[in-house]
Amino acid sequence: MKKETKEPLFHIVKRKSMPLKKQWLVRGIAIAAAILVCAIVTVITTKMNPLSVFSAVFTGAFGSTRKVWVTLQDTSILLLISLALTPAFKMKFWNIGGEGQVLMGGLGAAACMIVLGDKIPDPLVVLLMIISSITLGAVWGVIPAIFKAKWNTNETLSTLMMNYIAIQIVAFFTIYWEVPKGSGKIGIINQNTNAGWLFEIGNKYLLTIMIAVLVTVSMFIYLKYTKHGYEIAVVGESEKTARYVGIRPGLVIIRTMLISGALCGLAGLLLVGSVHHTITTTITGGQGFTAVMVSWLAKFNPISMIFASLLIIFLSHGASEISTSCGLNQSFGDIITGIILFFIIGCEFFIEYQIIFSGKKKGGNEA
Amino acid sequence: MIDLVAFIPRAVGQSIPLLFGCTGEIVTEKSGNLNLGIPGVMYVGGICGVIGAFAYEQATKDTGMVGILAIGIPLLCSLIGSLLMGLLYCFLTVTLRANQNVTGLAMTTFGVGFGNFFGGSLIKLSGSDVPTIALSRTSAYFSRSLPFAGNLGWFGKIFLSYGFLAYLAIAVAVYAGFMLKKTRMGLHLRAVGENPATADAAGINVTVYKYMATCIGCMIAGLGGLYYVMDYASGIWSNDAFGDRGWLAIALVIFCIWKPGLGILASILFGGLYIIYLYIPAGMDHMELKELYKMIPYVVTLVVLVVTSMRNKKDNRPPASLGIPYFRENR
Repeated sequence: MKKETKEPLFHIVKRKSMPLKKQWLVRGIAIAAAILVCAIVTVITTKMNPLSVFSAVFTGAFGSTRKVWVTLQDTSILLLISLALTPAFKMKFWNIGGEGQVLMGGLGAAACMIVLGDKIPDPLVVLLMIISSITLGAVWGVIPAIFKAKWNTNETLSTLMMNYIAIQIVAFFTIYWEVPKGSGKIGIINQNTNAGWLFEIGNKYLLTIMIAVLVTVSMFIYLKYTKHGYEIAVVGESEKTARYVGIRPGLVIIRTMLISGALCGLAGLLLVGSVHHTITTTITGGQGFTAVMVSWLAKFNPISMIFASLLIIFLSHGASEISTSCGLNQSFGDIITGIILFFIIGCEFFIEYQIIFSGKKKGGNEA
Repeated sequence: MIDLVAFIPRAVGQSIPLLFGCTGEIVTEKSGNLNLGIPGVMYVGGICGVIGAFAYEQATKDTGMVGILAIGIPLLCSLIGSLLMGLLYCFLTVTLRANQNVTGLAMTTFGVGFGNFFGGSLIKLSGSDVPTIALSRTSAYFSRSLPFAGNLGWFGKIFLSYGFLAYLAIAVAVYAGFMLKKTRMGLHLRAVGENPATADAAGINVTVYKYMATCIGCMIAGLGGLYYVMDYASGIWSNDAFGDRGWLAIALVIFCIWKPGLGILASILFGGLYIIYLYIPAGMDHMELKELYKMIPYVVTLVVLVVTSMRNKKDNRPPASLGIPYFRENR
């Protein structure tokens, strides 16, 4: 008697590699599909007509000269944080403590502005701000790294806890330095003298943008062409291999997190010294988490990160425009960002794997 | 000194959302899925319950509410909301094998946004004329304690003064501990989390177990959000009020070394730490010190994290395949 075996309808195999053009095509389709879904969600919740939704998104992000600059500036900050986290991720060190590292950097800058502003010459204040914010960011990044290197402590959770410790430290100093007493916030620091405000190039947005561009290029070179970058990649792929070729993973982890934290500190410096001129516990606005996703979406490539962060900022500004004009809650942007992210995360599957249907007789053989 | 009879019920009230989140995450992690989306899931669980309760309260404005529906509708809405989040996470990480950390963070962004959006816009969207979302009538059903609890003095206050969800949290945690340790299903689940390839070879359907564990885990965690709004916050939704409890719940999983039974004690301890700043005298002119005391739970978590990793005992390790997607052909 012939025994009948049941063949599965399809099976999944890993692709060798997909041509770059096709990869971007898949991602493009995913983004387009995501935007379509977002549009449907927006139309349902706001009852606007679809065309005015799209025009509202564009007005939100690029509606006026000022809005273009703000969009570029916010993109730069997000890009900077994403770049900061990237070397750590490449090493498979899940630094989700960007939020705390940025805050501590901001606190360092704010402390110099408040304590030293107007007491010593302004260039000296700025110099001390740069030093203190970068140092504080680096310290905040290196503490979990030491735990990881020495005792293999789970870095996802330790960096997360460092975030909340940083938030409480900032909350402490916010009340300590509050102006006026009892208000619970610091307000614009040195509003009359502008002491410690970072200098402007052309307008107040350009400095941040230029620093972001500079860091992007340096990070690209650092990861791709230096010995450090190579060591990070090896440790990320396999710690055993790293040890075998004479790389000390612990050392690489600590060194990389120093850099990662220092760059986060730099982002904090810009946020306080150039963008907001004040410090609050929510000054980073969750960008430490968003940056994790930006970095991953860009496959740790600094150049692609520019587009990824621009996309996220563009959509969140657009969504905030829609929610303002319809009198809805600002969190609408988070929903939109979430939907886009789900689609892009999901589409990676089609880049890495292929589905083979067993119905086709010829498709069954695996190459 | 601290008045314990007043302190313990408040600490327990704080601990129940953490316990729900922690139990849910343990069940999820035992299947090898590290779900960082739990904070988002808890927001969704909370807001879905609020939406259900809001709709029911609006519908029964003039007539009275029926007890079973007043509890049943929000409960069901909350469970469905968190189940959908769980399915989304599973579809992305199990079926599409996406990175679990990134998926989880995206779910948290989405879930928190979802909660705050509907929390802030529900009134406008539904076109009703109430000033705030205050579901005090529904909340009364949720926070109703045993009728004779008030007559039993300190004993009644410490042990019997909570709504039914609090006891449910403890029951779920106890059952989850039993299920993981003593049943065949639990054994299979642990096998999937430790080594999915071996489990697969033994004939266990890895995908089904991962889906089930993660979805049930999400539904349990979502109840934490529901408890917070309906019982602890007396039915008043305010944006971001739930705060970072979801992240603390994930940290608790490590604190109680993947044992739900231990999670009960650990979450009560954390609940106490969460509000202890209210009981430490700081003086009126040093309000800033309170902010430092609020740091205590996080510092304790960090210390525990480091200490457990230093000791590195075999029993205390996370499931071996935690965070790694399973692909049969990837050996």
